[in-house]
Parts: sequence; structure tokens; C-alpha cells
Amino acid sequence: MIRLTTPITEEQIRTLKVGDEVLLNGTVVLSRDMGHKFMKEQKPEWLKPILENMVIYHCGPVVKKNADGTWSFVAAGPTTSIREEPYQADVIETYKVRGVIGKGGMGKKTSEGLQKTGAVYLHATGGAGSLLAERVKRVVDVKMLEEFGSPEAFWIIEVEDFPLVVTMDSHGGSLHEIVAQASQDRAKALTS
Amino acid sequence: MSETVVPNQTSAEVVASKSLLPQGWKADLGNLAGLDLTLAATELLRRTTSRLPQDVIDALVQGRDAEEEGSRAFNTLNDMVRNINLADDHVTPLCQDTGSIIFWVRHPFGMSQLATRKQLRAAVVEATKRSWLRPNCVESLSGKNSGNNMDPFHEHHPAIHFEEWDRPEIELSVMQKGGGSENVGAQYRLPDAALGAGRDIKGVRKCIIDAIVKAQGQGCSPGILGVAIGGDRVTSWERAKELVLRKLGTANPDPRMDVFEKELTRDLNTLGIGPMGYGGVTTVLGVSAEEMYRHPASFYVSIAYMCWSSRRGTLTLAADGQPSYDL
Repeated sequence: MIRLTTPITEEQIRTLKVGDEVLLNGTVVLSRDMGHKFMKEQKPEWLKPILENMVIYHCGPVVKKNADGTWSFVAAGPTTSIREEPYQADVIETYKVRGVIGKGGMGKKTSEGLQKTGAVYLHATGGAGSLLAERVKRVVDVKMLEEFGSPEAFWIIEVEDFPLVVTMDSHGGSLHEIVAQASQDRAKALTS
Repeated sequence: MSETVVPNQTSAEVVASKSLLPQGWKADLGNLAGLDLTLAATELLRRTTSRLPQDVIDALVQGRDAEEEGSRAFNTLNDMVRNINLADDHVTPLCQDTGSIIFWVRHPFGMSQLATRKQLRAAVVEATKRSWLRPNCVESLSGKNSGNNMDPFHEHHPAIHFEEWDRPEIELSVMQKGGGSENVGAQYRLPDAALGAGRDIKGVRKCIIDAIVKAQGQGCSPGILGVAIGGDRVTSWERAKELVLRKLGTANPDPRMDVFEKELTRDLNTLGIGPMGYGGVTTVLGVSAEEMYRHPASFYVSIAYMCWSSRRGTLTLAADGQPSYDL
């Protein structure tokens, strides 16, 4: 088990390999479909200090507003990452993001982005909304809540021992590619 | 996080003690026109969002125990069981994607569908307010979130299917269908030259295998499949989705389909996709297939994919108005 704390250096990222189990601590920024389109098309400057050497999490949480005006996460598992494939590599490069958390894996373009900038794709267990929300210690801030709505906003959170697996590393390795290839071969055998 | 987790669903008594319904609540089915299901439906959503049906939990545990202990597949299924325990204990959503809400209402003559629709919509608004449901209804082009899960103009969300039947009781089923799983569902038209799939059961099987290989872990495997063979584009999809409501492990009343489902489940679990696409022997938890009639020129195969967090539940109001929840 590898413990990682944000901000993360490129050097740390380059040591990670597909299959490594990671416990993440520190700041994570949530972003999904609207956020990624927005980051690629408008490249807002104000996000740079928030994202540099940090980790993006593909997640649209269930949130609760507390009596004192602060927010809590009620359920916060990953959403399917492949929808961000057209944007992810650019976002990683523009903002020097060191990690992307999601589920289901991503494609070639993102893999190239991970290799170029020095970043990894970290897989979280899909559907484990309650379990993962427990590892969210604090909601620090939220941006674009009005514009995007709560599932799509940039939630900035602090996590503790957030359990992840490296499934795409910064050297071109991808567990998703390996499993896909093997299952395609097996499907051929099953249907011939 | 490696110790083997034992499923620990709260007892029926504890669940009932947290119910929104006042103790002894009964519906007055003698006055169908004046019936109000709002509270009973909100209670159904409280249960479906935080509790999985026992058959799904059993299948996940069985899947976990079939994986090699300590493998990623084992640990992932173990975390799923851990998550099930937590959500149930806290009465919080199992998954942040609380899904599109789909209702099926079966009712005797005399119940107002218009009134019931309003009540079910009110139940969804209330469940959203209580953070049991995420606001999951956005305007398509702008992406603007309506904030309360209501489709304000066309009333397509929540989806509500009504069916009048000749029995005295009312049955209200709900499914919370996540977007990730919905996105990997597929509809094929046979023959399919690219797949080499003809208009027979072998062709149907090829479509299903293709859909599961394409889905990989994206729909949150292990999945539960509803497969409709035939129908038109719409009836086929509708039936496929409804088939996901069937309890895992129950025999298909059509013996040919029963054999097909069992063989297919076994074959799909040799694909090596595994939980969340990490690799492993638990790719699907079960398949429900049904043969429909079709137009001679059309042959559709519709495959509804439900994630492992198969949130479904049914409230039955007996003839005397007594409510019973199946989870």
C-alpha cells in the first residue's frame, strides 16, 4: 500500500505502476462532464492554482447543506471516466494535474497525456458511495455551483486514506487495455 | 481493508422503526379515488436508495467467495459488501448516482393515474430534499439542473408506467437506474453482419456477449442483465428494463429461456472482465431473458444493463390497505 499526499510531485508519479494500491490524502477537486468541457474550451486561469499538482475526481456527489452553511458529502463514488476522454489529456497538460480518479478507465489519448505530463489514472470502486463519502473529511469550497448544479460543480474536498488502484500509469501501462484484450479474445472463442 | 466482510442488513423491525409511515398506517383502498400514496412512496425510496435486495447481496457475496482471496476482484466485491452495510446502517444512498427514477404501478380500476402521478412526483421531490436522491434531471442542451429531480414541462422524469389489473391490491415498484449502467445498455437488430449474428438464439447470444465485452467495467460490473428478444424498438427496451426487476436466482417460467440464461451467465463469467473491469470471474450476477413477438421484418435484441448496486423495491398495498415492503 502506497500513501500519497497532495500536492504530488512528478517524481512521485513516475514511480507508480499499474496495479499499485494507493491511499490518497489531501486535496481533491471534483469535476465531471460540464467542468471538463469548460476547462478545455475556456481554460480559466483561476483554476490553475487550485489544480496544479493536485488530483481531479470524476464524481457527482450527493451533498447535504448543514445548518451552519457548510456542506457534507453523503455519497461520493466515482462516475464513468471515459466520457471525459475528449478533454482529459488537455486538462492534465494545461493545469499540470498529477492524478485523475474515476472508474472504468480511459483511452489512448488520455494515456498519452499521462505519459507526457507525468500523471496517473486512479481507479475507485464504482457504486461505493457511502464507503468513499466516509473518507471525505471536509468540504473546503465549491466553485460554479450555481452555473453547473451540484452534481457537476467543482467541489474542493479533503480526503483521508482514500482507497485507489493505479490502473493507468505514466509509462503507458493500462490494466483496462489488458482486460479488454483478454475478454475480446475469450469472446471470439465463445462465439466461434 | 482486507478482512472478509459479513453482510449485516438491519432487521425488518429496525427498518420499520425508521419508517416515515406512522405506526399502523393503512391505505383506504375502499376509496381509490381519494388515495394518497405520497408518504408510502417516499418511504419506498428511502429503502431503495439505502438498501439492496437480499438476492443481490447474496449474489455479490457468492461472487466474492468465488474470487481468489486477496485479489483485486475479491477486495472490490468485499468493499461493495462493506458499502452495502454502511449505507443501510446510515440510511444514506448506496451510490451517489441515485439514478433515473422509474416507477411501475399496477392498480385496480378506479385509482386516478393523474392523482397518483402527482403523488409520486411529490415523493421524489421530498426524497431529493432529504438527500436520499441526487438531483439527476437536467435540461438536455444547456445541462441546467432542475434541482429537484422534476422534469418541469414534459413530465418524463420520473418515468411512471401504469397498468390496470383485475386484482384488488396495488403494487408499486421502483428502480433507481444509474447513468453509467444505462449508457452501456445496447439494442441490436438482427441479422447483424458485423457480428455474424443471425436471427436465432445463437445470434442473440452473440449480441449479448458483444455488449458485455464493450461494457467492460464501465457499467459497474458485476452487472444484472434484462434481455428482451423481439418487440419493436420501444416495447423491446421497456421490457428489457422491467426484466431487471426479477429476483436473481428465480427460475424463468419459460424452460428454454431458463436454460439459456444459466448457460449464458456461466459463459459471460469466463470473459475475465470481473468486478469494475479489474479482471476476475464475476462479470455478471444474472440474466433475465424473455422472448416477445415481433414484426416479421424486425428482430431486436435489447439488453438493459443494471449495475451491481441494483436498487429496486416493491410496495404492495393489500386489499385491506396493509402496506408491505419487500426490502
